[in-house]
Amino acid sequence: MAYKRRIDRLPIIPADAKEHNVTCHYCIVGCGYKAYTWPLNKQGGTDPGQNKFGVDLSQQQQALTPNWYAPSMYNVVKQDGRDVHLVIKPDADCVVNGGLGSIRGARIAENRRSDITGSQQQRLTEPMVWRYGTWQPTSWDDALDLVARVTARVIDKDNENDLLVSMFDHGGSAGGYENTWGTGKLYFGAMKVKNCRIHNRPAYNSEVHSTRDMGVGELNYAYEDYGLTDTLFLIGANPIETQTNLFLNHMLPGIQNGARVVVVDPRRTVTINACEEAAGKDKVLHLQIASGSDLALFNALFTEIVAQGWVDSDFIKASTFQGDIAVPEDSAHPAALGSFEAAVAACHLSLDDAAAICGVAAADIAKAAAWIAEPKGGARRKCVTAYEKGIIWGNDNYRTIGALVNIGLATGNIGREGGGVCRLGGHQEGYMRPSDAHVGRPAPYLDQLIIAGQGKVHHIWANDHYKTTLNAAEFKRTYARRTNMVKEAMDARAGATREEMVDAIVSAINAGGLFSVDVDIIHTQIGQAAHVILPAVESGEMNLTSMNGERRMRLVEKYMDGPGASKPDCMIAAAIAQNLERVLREEGRNDYADQFKGFDWASEEDAFMDGYHANTGQIVTYDRLRAMGNNGVQEPVTGFEDGKLVGTKRLYADGKFDRHGRDDKLALFCLGTWRGLQAPGKEQQRANHRFLINNGRANMNWQNWFLDQKNDFVMDRFPVPFIQIHPDDMASLGLKPGDMVEVYNDVGATQALAYPEPTARANETFMIFGAPSGTQGNVVNAGVNELILPNYKQTWANIRKISDATPAAQRVSYKSWEVEL
Amino acid sequence: MKCNRLVDAGRRQFLRGGVLGVAGVAAASVLPAAPAKAEIALARVAYPSNRVGNLKDLKVDEPVDIAYPDDNSPGILLKLGKPVEGGVGPDGDVVAYSVLCPHKGFPLSYHAADKTLNCPGHYSRFDTENGGQQVWGHATQNLTQFELRVDDAGDIFAEGADELIYGRLSNVLQA
Repeated sequence: MAYKRRIDRLPIIPADAKEHNVTCHYCIVGCGYKAYTWPLNKQGGTDPGQNKFGVDLSQQQQALTPNWYAPSMYNVVKQDGRDVHLVIKPDADCVVNGGLGSIRGARIAENRRSDITGSQQQRLTEPMVWRYGTWQPTSWDDALDLVARVTARVIDKDNENDLLVSMFDHGGSAGGYENTWGTGKLYFGAMKVKNCRIHNRPAYNSEVHSTRDMGVGELNYAYEDYGLTDTLFLIGANPIETQTNLFLNHMLPGIQNGARVVVVDPRRTVTINACEEAAGKDKVLHLQIASGSDLALFNALFTEIVAQGWVDSDFIKASTFQGDIAVPEDSAHPAALGSFEAAVAACHLSLDDAAAICGVAAADIAKAAAWIAEPKGGARRKCVTAYEKGIIWGNDNYRTIGALVNIGLATGNIGREGGGVCRLGGHQEGYMRPSDAHVGRPAPYLDQLIIAGQGKVHHIWANDHYKTTLNAAEFKRTYARRTNMVKEAMDARAGATREEMVDAIVSAINAGGLFSVDVDIIHTQIGQAAHVILPAVESGEMNLTSMNGERRMRLVEKYMDGPGASKPDCMIAAAIAQNLERVLREEGRNDYADQFKGFDWASEEDAFMDGYHANTGQIVTYDRLRAMGNNGVQEPVTGFEDGKLVGTKRLYADGKFDRHGRDDKLALFCLGTWRGLQAPGKEQQRANHRFLINNGRANMNWQNWFLDQKNDFVMDRFPVPFIQIHPDDMASLGLKPGDMVEVYNDVGATQALAYPEPTARANETFMIFGAPSGTQGNVVNAGVNELILPNYKQTWANIRKISDATPAAQRVSYKSWEVEL
Repeated sequence: MKCNRLVDAGRRQFLRGGVLGVAGVAAASVLPAAPAKAEIALARVAYPSNRVGNLKDLKVDEPVDIAYPDDNSPGILLKLGKPVEGGVGPDGDVVAYSVLCPHKGFPLSYHAADKTLNCPGHYSRFDTENGGQQVWGHATQNLTQFELRVDDAGDIFAEGADELIYGRLSNVLQA
């Protein structure tokens, strides 16, 4: 039986409840919500004068009502030390979501930590230090002193390469401008740490280097463009699941208004199903290409569009580089960049050749080209191009994204209404750091450095490599071994003084061990290896600013206390800096200690003013953002007039492209020819294993399930990660729905629950990524592109049954996800 | 498939129905008296026992419109043709569900081919053979199932609900 909360009524929000602006801190879309709080022993009533909505709540409310909230939108939390009711519900007045809530965002309240309702008791409350064979709670001063003393022993003014750092760079969640500035000022300001990585990939790099090198920032449109366009061109993206209310509130109305849809994906997704239901199958073209063949498809589309003369010659002449090669191919540029004419020559690929590579009909590629580019009534056909992890984490990242941007530039569909070539995004954005130029390009492959035995101290900021990295099986083996060397050394010196303990730790790391400091909101899987664990707060437990996928910046107001002694990441970074300064002075290293000045922030607002405000024209403040509410302002913010922040609806409306930093502000084309599966080991893995293990996200599981793993509603649906397999393939493997399978190949193994999927192609599966109880990354090999971009998608393995369905798996529904109305 | 449209049509009547007599048990309303006197409230709502149909009128995969716990809460009574957990009747296959999608309150339609309830608003779907589990969708709860009892005459009574019904903050509406 399905999980039920057995809740038959909820407290009513009283008319005088406090109201706070909230942007959902899960996906990039950043839906507007309102948090309402009121004292525990007060409640509203059904009379219009007794509730926040001013309506008669003794009556049934109609569809789409703003006057209702689900049990998942309710909790009891601490606010200024007192228990209060909390309701977090979608904001009908927010232009992003128009009152819609996703299956993730509409559970924000339920996924808050509560001592009263018992939710999210996994949240960390106090710093912990490895002592006496386990983690012991302690004070911030004690924990940070140990971190600073050990770290200070391995870094020096001229060489900080033994300090490894894994740090998130996103907005939303526990990210945002305050926190990326805090860690950025520490590691890229006070220090110049080179050996570092980002939360979801093994190096400190951009996921979209090529579009930036071409001059085109990856978030250049406004969401309203989906309602103005003639064609949606979606690549490696599944927005109804992973950018839900962007799809429902912007894409769907555009489709219902007559826009056509071209989807490129080796898998038939529920997005395609929804588009067909909304528009009819004749308005939806699914190019179901062979995994990893996107570049060939895009080059053929580009070739066809040019051959048909469907290009915007005026735009090309005015806004793009004229000549031949502007940037040659080299170790930092996996393809040359240059003029339109040079790209036409370099990217030439016939429809028939592409059809053979991609496994789709040449006529369908030609049809897609027409839907994307054929002028309507003599005018530009408006086309929004949106891509995400399918190609970002796919074959030949640099050239593939470059080839897609080529099409947008050639057709003049960037910077104009109903256009844009954009990534859809994962988290929100919220990046503000000193320059990362010292990291270099290609950036160091951090996970491989760790596997190779390099580095001595590892600072981790909300990264769980154990669940969200590639080559994860080998990484975990090595990481556990190296950190255990330090744990054993610490255990052997139990009872020693701080000085003696630091000596023992340093001896262990000099012998190949690794000292691990983990800053996070929960005790993660990689945190099991850590020696010091520092508790951070999340969005809503601090004031936090971020921007969404159309660069819309909002302030999430603090509406509750963080758990226990937990702190904002920016304040933790500041405290580490201050402790390092203190320890370095004690050691007489005053010149180096001076570099750690400037962290005397009293609050996250100080970090915001020191970082974002000071580095973006000194226009945006908390007060001004708060006044802009849940609709915020679209970055870049250009001024403050009539009491309002003035933003920018879409980038490049003037036809000048500057993301690459060129003075001429001319966009470049990418000269990337097709070269098969680019990353090392991929062709061999494909040849030697039966199944494609395509992988990605699902609607209900946010990121690596870090909160969802303690959410009963979610875990009831999928107790372990699923793998979708065609029923015929299941039969050939002797599988019934819900059976536990092992997925195994040349680099590792993992487990999943077999879910029959009739629309899957033979020998092609789809597994959910990042799950705690079956890490898909275990079977992804170490192969990356030249700029260390991981290639999760092109993974092949074999599958065998390891168990009948568990009792938890037997309760699960195995029906099709596709709606039929 | 198309017969579902008829079920839909009936359901829309409910949605347009507005405020008719609200069936069910209204909680006792105590007038304020001086000095302040605490209001009496029970820990859970008191559900009415309402007759919603008879076994002899049910055919497999032909849902019957019902309303529970009052006329403004549309649902269906459904014979599945195979026993399920929570099913009643001699075959253990009779179930009842709210048909207001717990995401945004759109009326769900029955898809007999796989015995699911589907939402025309945002494409969520719920499994009637598995307690209303959301197969895929946007709702943050599984579909509200009504608890049923069958008497000796085959009359079917609805007597409770296991999740909050969309559009009301109390399953039994209270003034």
